[in-house]
Amino acid sequence: MSSVQEMNPRVRGIRATVSLQSLAARLTEEIMQGAKKPFKKVTDVSSGDPQRAGMSPISFVRQVLAVCLYPQLLKEKSLPLDVRQRAQKLLGSCGGGSVGSYSKTSCGIPHVHKSVAEFITRRDGGVSSHPENIIFSSGSQKTLSLVLHLMASGEGETQTGVLTPVPCPHTLPMLLDETGVALMPYQLMEGRGWALDLDELHQALKTARGRCEPRAIYISNPGNPTGHVQDRKTMEEVIRFAATEGLVLLAEEVYQDSVFGQGREFLSYKKVLFEMGKKYSETVELISFNSISSASMGECGLRGGYMEVINMDPAVNNYLRSMQGTSSPPVLPQLALEVMVNPPSPGDPSYETYTQEIRRTLTTLSQNAQRACEFLNDLPGMNCQPAMAGVFLYPSLHLPPQMIEEAKMLGVEADVLYCQRFLEEEGVCLGSGCENGQEDQNYHIRLCVLAPPATLEEVLARLRSFHLLQLGRFP
Amino acid sequence: MSVLQEISPNVKNMKQLEYVVLARRASQIMEELRKGARKPYSEVIDVSWGDPHRAGVKPLSFVRQVLAACLYPELVNSNKLPVDVRQRAQRLLGQCAGGSIGSYTATAGIAEIVHRVSEFITRRDGGAPSHPENIFISAGSQWALQNILKVLVNSKSSPKTGVLTPVPCHCTTTLSIMGLGAVVIPYYLSEEQGWELQVEELDRALESAKGVCNPVALYVINPGNPSGHIQRRKSIQEVIRFVSEKKLFLLADEVYQGCVYGEKSEFISYKRVLAEMGPPLSDTVELASFHSASKGFMGECGMRGGYVELINLDPDVMKYIYKLFSKDSCAPVLGQIALDLMINPPQPGDPSYPLYNVETQNIRTMLVHNVKRAFEVVNSLPGFCCQPVEGGAFAFPRLHLPPKAIQKAKEVGLQPDTFYCIRLLEEAGVLISPGCEYGQKEGTHHIRFCIMTSEVMMEELLRRLTCFHTQFMKDFS
Repeated sequence: MSSVQEMNPRVRGIRATVSLQSLAARLTEEIMQGAKKPFKKVTDVSSGDPQRAGMSPISFVRQVLAVCLYPQLLKEKSLPLDVRQRAQKLLGSCGGGSVGSYSKTSCGIPHVHKSVAEFITRRDGGVSSHPENIIFSSGSQKTLSLVLHLMASGEGETQTGVLTPVPCPHTLPMLLDETGVALMPYQLMEGRGWALDLDELHQALKTARGRCEPRAIYISNPGNPTGHVQDRKTMEEVIRFAATEGLVLLAEEVYQDSVFGQGREFLSYKKVLFEMGKKYSETVELISFNSISSASMGECGLRGGYMEVINMDPAVNNYLRSMQGTSSPPVLPQLALEVMVNPPSPGDPSYETYTQEIRRTLTTLSQNAQRACEFLNDLPGMNCQPAMAGVFLYPSLHLPPQMIEEAKMLGVEADVLYCQRFLEEEGVCLGSGCENGQEDQNYHIRLCVLAPPATLEEVLARLRSFHLLQLGRFP
Repeated sequence: MSVLQEISPNVKNMKQLEYVVLARRASQIMEELRKGARKPYSEVIDVSWGDPHRAGVKPLSFVRQVLAACLYPELVNSNKLPVDVRQRAQRLLGQCAGGSIGSYTATAGIAEIVHRVSEFITRRDGGAPSHPENIFISAGSQWALQNILKVLVNSKSSPKTGVLTPVPCHCTTTLSIMGLGAVVIPYYLSEEQGWELQVEELDRALESAKGVCNPVALYVINPGNPSGHIQRRKSIQEVIRFVSEKKLFLLADEVYQGCVYGEKSEFISYKRVLAEMGPPLSDTVELASFHSASKGFMGECGMRGGYVELINLDPDVMKYIYKLFSKDSCAPVLGQIALDLMINPPQPGDPSYPLYNVETQNIRTMLVHNVKRAFEVVNSLPGFCCQPVEGGAFAFPRLHLPPKAIQKAKEVGLQPDTFYCIRLLEEAGVLISPGCEYGQKEGTHHIRFCIMTSEVMMEELLRRLTCFHTQFMKDFS
């Protein structure tokens, strides 16, 4: 295989990624070599990575994990008692009492499955969840890719397709390409705070049917990057739609812990499904995804996620569970997940600190989202829908035609050009809307607002100065 | 997707592991024991996977201390931990975005760790240079292997893509190959010569693929799993010449390079041999070498840290490989750190060195002892024949089953060696795995068990095996 021609054509077909990350790395390198720039370091707010931006992890989580890693700390009196007790219990669920052993099953550690199932049951007001329906992997993207791999088949008109929202999480398009599944877009309604519109769904399905075999619909709720929280009515419509059209419902719900919008509440697709009665709750195939990269935990580097599989044919379920057999999920992230779904209770020594830390994170998030939204809306040519949840803001960019022309000549999307320039001149790395699947001239940028307020202020100040400069260049 | 027909055919083709049957039964037995059932044993010994910690081997203190300090940096400032531990943690945290292991890292891994991996490889290979841009850290070596396979295998092609794979071979690789829609082209290792790889057999295997599939790659695992064989330099050279001549991509799985026991055995990497063979081979043979933090004396299987080094690949192809790795964001940060600790252990003079040295020496002594004991005991039992275990984590003895046992197995619908394993599990509480899981010559049977256990566990294991085997052979004579 000495050339690109001999490569697997499907890999060749993975869409080109925007390489802002490598530009950022190069700039960081240059600064380290002593180059003078208008910024001391590169600030990356393009992914949902709060700890990168300086947010602190949750103490209880890190303490428990540290003790699990180095059990000598079980004797360490300076660590709270509940930390040590939890670590002991978790270590007991690991082979040989060590986090260095493979998980007992290729789907994860049974004790953790149980805790997750209990968490889901509590969250959904008693709708029961079964440990055997829970599968872990290294992050929600990985669990999603298992499902896509299972569904993928055919090509051309028979290729499996998934109805995908525009905008969608920026890691999704590549994942679909890589598993050989067609991305069939359905537009979210920007003017209505990025709500999902059922007519648009129907239209998208009709279009999709002409081009591929749609098998599933992907939902991100709370929306990544939109920050929209779906209401029950919409969710019921989606479920009815999936039921009528025979589509599997893929519900990515990673930011479920971060709802800050007034009068909004997160409802899981599972809960809504079960409250619609047997006709739906026993037939609609639903897979829900969650992970420890959530807003309050922010443990993106640990790589831990799970999916709950509902109403899937047991024979299919078996395949799903055995596919993971070729790569065991990491142990520590599963333990982090256990702590996430089973936090300290009132009365426990760590309860106060834990609750304060979570509250502080969510308050910061809510304040930042509001501040940033107002700020961005004040800039000419920028329009930002208020977010109700999640860690991103996703403002639209009205770019001067000359800039769009310039981008065309350079062979890049205009929003990418905007982000590249911003990175070079101000050292801040944003995400561009085309990564989130926006393919028309409807330009957007994406930024993570879960950061220490001072960091956010600096990002916003630099953005304003850069943005006004751009507009000034093309009056 | 409520009907089986709708599943991707590639997934359907992945065979069900025998392990599943055994594991289920083991779970049941453990549950029965917990409920107080009376059995001739009080716990199940599980040596079916290469998982040292599960089998009682202790983790290395230095590794765990550094990882704990990285997780909970307050420990860095306390003096509960040795100075070099705290310094290492501080250095590593300094390379993490936001000073936290909770942040995403660069796709290929934390830059400094990638650099250190390349330095490790250069040291290991007597100076043959290694470049950081050719290295990707991944969540375990199998993950990296899958990404490379994805580039090589066209699941839609007709005829299908083929990968030459040894028999016996551990099942994760064969499953990955099948799951991607490629075909395994088996080449048989020579049991009587200690599971040696013979080039004539590679030729035969390649011939057999003519008209059946399109071979693109050769997969070797050295030290062998489950064979325990360590390839000699001459054999490695022959393989390199073979792939060059036949224009195959070479996948060298070297995760057990840290586990070498034979007194005269020495691990030499494919990269080193290739570099020392000089141009044109050293500039043209496409090679991917894999390593991991799961094997070796660290045994940190649960951390999921591994890497792949890619040699002589077209730069454009490398760009696509980067893309593939980037869709998983990055490898788990703790796994990356575990990798760094494996390749850069404490040095003489460091405060942690004495303890580290004692612990690793103990593990080494234990493994050498286990290998010797397993070899002696198993070979002394009639019906068993075990090749020397030069390296790796397993013993893979041949089992000559009496015809009556084979008959009985057929009656209950099991493979003969699986039947043996189920009986061993039920009557002696020992969980091992059957040779049919790994592939073997038609009509032969084997068992595989992990030798990375505590000495006490090994003795108990061998005692139970001896007892059971003697009875079994009597029952079916």
